[in-house]
Amino acid sequence: MTPRSAKRGLVRPYVITDGRAHPTRNTFDLVTLVSAAQGGDLAGLSPEKRRVMALCRGGSLSVAEVVGHLQIPVSVTKVLLGDLVDSGHILTRSPIPSAELPDIKILQEVLDGLRARL
Amino acid sequence: MGSALASEDVYLPDTVQTAVKLLVVGHFAVGKTTFVGTLSEIRPLRTEETMSQAGAHTDDLGGVPHKTTTTVALDFGRLTLNEHLVLYLFGAPGQQRFTQLWRDMTQGALGALVLADTRRLEHSYDVMGLLEEHGLPYAVAVNHFDGAPVFAEEDLREVLDLLPEIPLVTCDARDTRSSTQALISLVQYLYTRNTQEHA
Ligand SMILES: Nc1nc2c(ncn2[C@@H]2O[C@H](COP(=O)(O)OP(=O)(O)OP(=O)(O)O)[C@@H](O)[C@H]2O)c(=O)[nH]1
Ligand SMILES: [Mg+2]
Repeated sequence: MTPRSAKRGLVRPYVITDGRAHPTRNTFDLVTLVSAAQGGDLAGLSPEKRRVMALCRGGSLSVAEVVGHLQIPVSVTKVLLGDLVDSGHILTRSPIPSAELPDIKILQEVLDGLRARL
Repeated sequence: MGSALASEDVYLPDTVQTAVKLLVVGHFAVGKTTFVGTLSEIRPLRTEETMSQAGAHTDDLGGVPHKTTTTVALDFGRLTLNEHLVLYLFGAPGQQRFTQLWRDMTQGALGALVLADTRRLEHSYDVMGLLEEHGLPYAVAVNHFDGAPVFAEEDLREVLDLLPEIPLVTCDARDTRSSTQALISLVQYLYTRNTQEHA
């Protein structure tokens, strides 16, 4: 077996030019939690947005779950949800994730939660 | 409430305020989907996205980078850890380089569990390199397959070129207890790292 250190230089780094425009709406992560706002008139919403609302009226879900249940691409889902937040139909639950170190309290809670499953 | 889904179990408790994510990564057929499915409280779901991938070798040629599009799927599962915290596990492929996907996936993730198979350890190099490039801390779990060779820990560490502090455990992705323990090793490591960086 060849150690990884001997191979490292061969495989990287790749320089990949990402020429694509960044999405204007960068506020959603796959684990941002969303739910339907109370009330919210559905009149005038597109069929896709109605599908999102019908799903989200049942309770809270992550963006990833909305994608998975409705089987629409991540990028499209983010745009639909962004519009629905702007129009007051959808509320987001968790804050925008940051690149900062995770809170030690959250890590402790994750550990406790996992240990409780053993 | 007229929800689109029959079962109420698909939704999170109303009290949940915070969602965190961990990645489960590794090469083709290493057991990522199995691992996520074993631990998830919901039927595992998948997200699909069409990705354009820049040709990897065109840069040196000075030509227009040629792009191909591929559908990339992420499997994910959910574990509600307490009344206000939920953990999502994303199983992600590591054999191809999709910059946008990796940026999205690693953003906000607490860390990653790298699944490895002793029959093809060198196939894990790419994914470990990607995690290092994105600065995401990880632990390694050897998913033991029947008939796969068993190596001493120090040999595995040398082949994988693991820093001494990086946890290396063995698991069976089909077994809940063993898979939970592998995740605990990862989170314990993230916790220790975090306390040290704040010290
Ligand atoms: N013996 C054994 N088989 C396993 C284990 N984990 C997964 N398998 C089997 O290995 C095969 C591949 O597992 P998957 O979970 O689909 O692997 P994957 O990493 O998601 O594969 P791709 O998404 O195709 O890259 C399946 O047939 C699993 O049943 C394990 O711990 N032991
Ligand atoms: Mg899979």
